[in-house]
Amino acid sequence: MRVKVKFLASLAERFGRREVDVNAAAGVTAEQVWAQVTGGAAMPPNTLVAINKEYAGRGKSLADGDEVAFFPPVTGG
Amino acid sequence: MKIEVREQPFEPWTEVAAYERKALKPGACGAAAVFVGTMRDMSGDDRVQAMRLEHYAGMTEKHLARIAEEAMRRWPVNDALILHRVGDLKPGDPIVLVAAWSAHRADAFAACRFLIEDLKSRAPFWKKEQLEAGVRWVEENTPG
Repeated sequence: MRVKVKFLASLAERFGRREVDVNAAAGVTAEQVWAQVTGGAAMPPNTLVAINKEYAGRGKSLADGDEVAFFPPVTGG
Repeated sequence: MKIEVREQPFEPWTEVAAYERKALKPGACGAAAVFVGTMRDMSGDDRVQAMRLEHYAGMTEKHLARIAEEAMRRWPVNDALILHRVGDLKPGDPIVLVAAWSAHRADAFAACRFLIEDLKSRAPFWKKEQLEAGVRWVEENTPG
């Protein structure tokens, strides 16, 4: 299945890209996609995850066409 | 209710007045609570020269609309306005405007406080500061 992966803020700088489309196994979780795309980099403990622009746990499974985003703690306002 | 993420600088008091004229029925609200967040020139012990604000387009607006709707459910609030800057800012530039209108002050204050606290802890914005020594991402917001 196809999944869109987004990195935001400092994570986009760290990995040198903001968005990548990947082929992923059916039922893969957000953290498994992170490992696939980052070459097995450890996910910083404070990383936040959103699936289809809603906060989600890193162990949540993805479906075909999903957008999963990884980002650091937010600092707006 | 209005939610906006804006690339250009804004003047918060003009925005409040314009929104009141456009969206609120004169005489309906006895209270307007307004929070304005402005960029400071210091961060800890460091002088900040400029700042870049990023956001997760799409998720930001969705999240802000949801909390505005939640505020209007939890308190008898007539209307709410959230306006947030992104892009390149200088010290003194307004960053965020949150306003809540209600019949009485307690509900207006409570809704306004809820909106800014949720925005600061959950809305997907990130600040990157330009210091004399280089740039750094802000890693956490101040507690209050």
